[in-house]
Amino acid sequence: MSAERPGMRQAAGRIFRTSAFRLSAVYLLIFVFFAVFVLGYLAWNTRRLLDAQITETIETEINGLAEQYRLGGVRQLIMTMERRGRQSGSFLYLLVDPRGDSITGNAILRVPALDQKPGWVELPFNWPDETEEVHRLAKLRVFVLPGNLRLFVGRDLEERARLEEAIRRARGWSLLMVLLLGGFGAWFVTRRVLSRVDGIAGATARIMDGNLAERLPVTNTDDEFDRLAIHLNQMLDRMGELMAGLRELSDNVAHDLRTPLTRLRNGAEESLRCAQSLEESRHGLERAIEESDQLIRIFDALLMIARAETGNLSTSLQDVALDELAGGIAELYEPLAEEAGMPLRSDIEPGLKLRANRALIGQALSNLVENALKYGSPPDESGRTGEIELRVRRKDGQIELSVADRGPGIPEEERERVLERFVRLDRSRAKPGFGLGLSLVNAVARLHGGTLRLEDNSPGLRVVLVLPAPVVNDPEIVPSP
Amino acid sequence: MKILVVEDDVEAGRYLARALTEAGHVADHAVDGEQGLEMALSGSYDVLVIDRMLPKRDGLSLIMALRAEKRTTPVLILSALGQVDDRVLGLRAGGDDYLTKPYAFTECLARVEALARRQNPQSAQLTYRVGDLELDRLAHRVTRSGEEILLQPREFRLLEYLMRHAGQVVTRTMLLENVWDYHFDPQTNVIDVHISRLRGKIERGQGPALLHTVRGAGYMIRDNER
Repeated sequence: MSAERPGMRQAAGRIFRTSAFRLSAVYLLIFVFFAVFVLGYLAWNTRRLLDAQITETIETEINGLAEQYRLGGVRQLIMTMERRGRQSGSFLYLLVDPRGDSITGNAILRVPALDQKPGWVELPFNWPDETEEVHRLAKLRVFVLPGNLRLFVGRDLEERARLEEAIRRARGWSLLMVLLLGGFGAWFVTRRVLSRVDGIAGATARIMDGNLAERLPVTNTDDEFDRLAIHLNQMLDRMGELMAGLRELSDNVAHDLRTPLTRLRNGAEESLRCAQSLEESRHGLERAIEESDQLIRIFDALLMIARAETGNLSTSLQDVALDELAGGIAELYEPLAEEAGMPLRSDIEPGLKLRANRALIGQALSNLVENALKYGSPPDESGRTGEIELRVRRKDGQIELSVADRGPGIPEEERERVLERFVRLDRSRAKPGFGLGLSLVNAVARLHGGTLRLEDNSPGLRVVLVLPAPVVNDPEIVPSP
Repeated sequence: MKILVVEDDVEAGRYLARALTEAGHVADHAVDGEQGLEMALSGSYDVLVIDRMLPKRDGLSLIMALRAEKRTTPVLILSALGQVDDRVLGLRAGGDDYLTKPYAFTECLARVEALARRQNPQSAQLTYRVGDLELDRLAHRVTRSGEEILLQPREFRLLEYLMRHAGQVVTRTMLLENVWDYHFDPQTNVIDVHISRLRGKIERGQGPALLHTVRGAGYMIRDNER
C-alpha cells in the first residue's frame, strides 16, 4: 500500500478528535432527532385526518344507498350499486350472497367475503380488469342485510398510500440532506478551526526552535482565536523583554565585573611581587578587601535590579507610611547634606500611605538623595540656593516622591539614557559610583507599577518617582452601624 | 562565650570558627542540619550561627525545631540569599538576626556579640552608664558628669543603642538597621556624620573620649579608664 493511506487516516483521525468536530456531531445528532420527530408527527397526523375524511365520505355514500334500499329493497339497491359502480371514482360496492358468490359489485375481494363481520375493515382487493399482482387496499364497511346478504361499501386507499409513500420519501431525503449538510458543515468548521490551531501550533514550534521574533498569526477577524493569539503575543513580547533584560544583565555582569576583578587581581599580584615589608603587604590585602566589597556591592545592585525588573512583589508588600519613611531618610541625610553645603529641605505631605516594599522604596529614596548630594552644586555667587529638596505629595491621584538638586542637571536628550544600567555621563565619570543608582530606582518604580521621570529643576535636576496611590478607604466614609 | 557554627562549606565554617576563637570565644563547627540540631540541643551555647542552606536539614527547619523545643538561644542566620523577603522569612522562622554572604568577619563578630548581650538581663536596664556618661531611658535624659546634654530623639536612640552594647563593636549596618530601621545599603558615609555629631555633643567637655571608631569595623562606646 502507498504511504498516503496511513497519512490520510491520520489526518481524518485528527479531524475526528477535534472538539469542534465532536461539537458539530452532537449538533447534527440533535437535528436528525428533531427532523425524524417532526416528519413522524406530520405523517401520523396526516393519516389520521385522511382516515377521518375517508370514513366520512363512505358514510355519506352508505346513507345514500340506505335511502335507496328503504325505497325499493334489494332490487333498488342492486340497481343503484350497478349504476354508481360504473361511474368513475374510487368507491367499491359489493353484494355477496350467503354462499359467498358475488351478486353484484365493481371489485373483487382478495379474502373470503363470508369471514367478514359487520363493521369497519381494511381488506385487499382488485378492480375487475386487474391481475392479482396489483396490491390494493380498501377501507370498507360491512353490513349484513336480511337474507344473509353481505354488503361491502368502501373506498380505495390508494390516495392514502401514495401520500404515505410521499412522506416516507420526504423523510428519507430530508434525513439524507441533514446528514450531508451537517457532515459537510462539521467538516468545514473543523477544518477551519484546525487550520487556525495548526497556525498557532506551527508558530509556537518555530518559536521553540529558537526563532524568538516569530509571533502567532492574527487574522484581524477579532474572533476568539485572534484574542488568544493577541494575548499570547503580548506574553511573548513581555518574555522577550525579560530575556533581553537578562541577556543584557549577563553581558553587563561579564563586562563590568571583569574590570574590578582585574583590578583586584592586579593589586594582589602587585603586592605579592613588590611588597617589601609586612606593612606594605598588609596594605595590599586591605585594598583587595575594599575592591571585593565594591564588587559585592555592584553584584547586589545588579541582582536587585534584575529581580525588580522580573519579579513580583506580592510576598513582601506592606503598608508603608510615607511621611515616616521619607522623613526618616531626610533626617538620615540631613547632617551629610549640611556638611556638603547643600541644605536638605523636605516637603512631605502628611498621612500618605503606600502598599509597597519598604526596604526597596527606602533604598530608592536613599539613592536619589545620594545622587543629589553627589551631583548637586552648593550655593555660589550667582544666587543659586544649592538646596536639595525631598518632596512627597499626592498629585492627580498618584503619589509623587521627588528629589531635586541645584546642580548642572541632565540635558533633555540624555535623560532617557541615564536610566540604563552602567550608563554614566561623561562629566560624572570622575565621581565615585558605577552608574547603577538611577537604574535601580527605575526598577523599583516599575516593580511597584510606577514610573520614573526626570525633570528640569531650572537649574538642576528633579527626579520624580511616580507611584500609583492605593485605594483610599477613609474610616469616616464608612457608615456607622 | 560558647558559639556553634552550623555551616556545610567546611572551609568557610572552619574559617569562621577559628576567627571566633581568635576573638576570644569558644566555637564548635557542625557541617549539616541534623548534626547542628543535635549539638545545639545537647550543648549549652550562647549563640548559634546557622547557614540557611544545609544538607539533611535546612537551616530554617533547624531553627523551628529548636524553637519547638523551647530553646531561646539567639540565632544569627547566614545566607547567600540576600533578597528582601528572605530576611523576613528567616526572622519569622525564629532567627534573631540575618547576615547576607559574603560578609565581613567584623560584622559577623559584632552581631554575634550583640545577640549574646541581648540574652543578658542587664541589657534591659533603665539607665546605662559608661564612665561619667549616663543615659536614663525613662526620663529620656543624658548627662555627663551630672551636666545635662540635649539630644535630638534620633541621637538619643543612637546613643542608647551604643550604650546598650557598651564595650562591643557596633557596625554601621547594625546602626542603620536598629536605630533607623532601614535594611538597605547606603553608598555614602551617612552614619559617620551622625556619629561625629553625637560625639561632638557628648564629648564637648574635658573628660576622656568615650565614643571610639574601630577601624574597618564600626564604633564602640567604652570607658578607657576602667
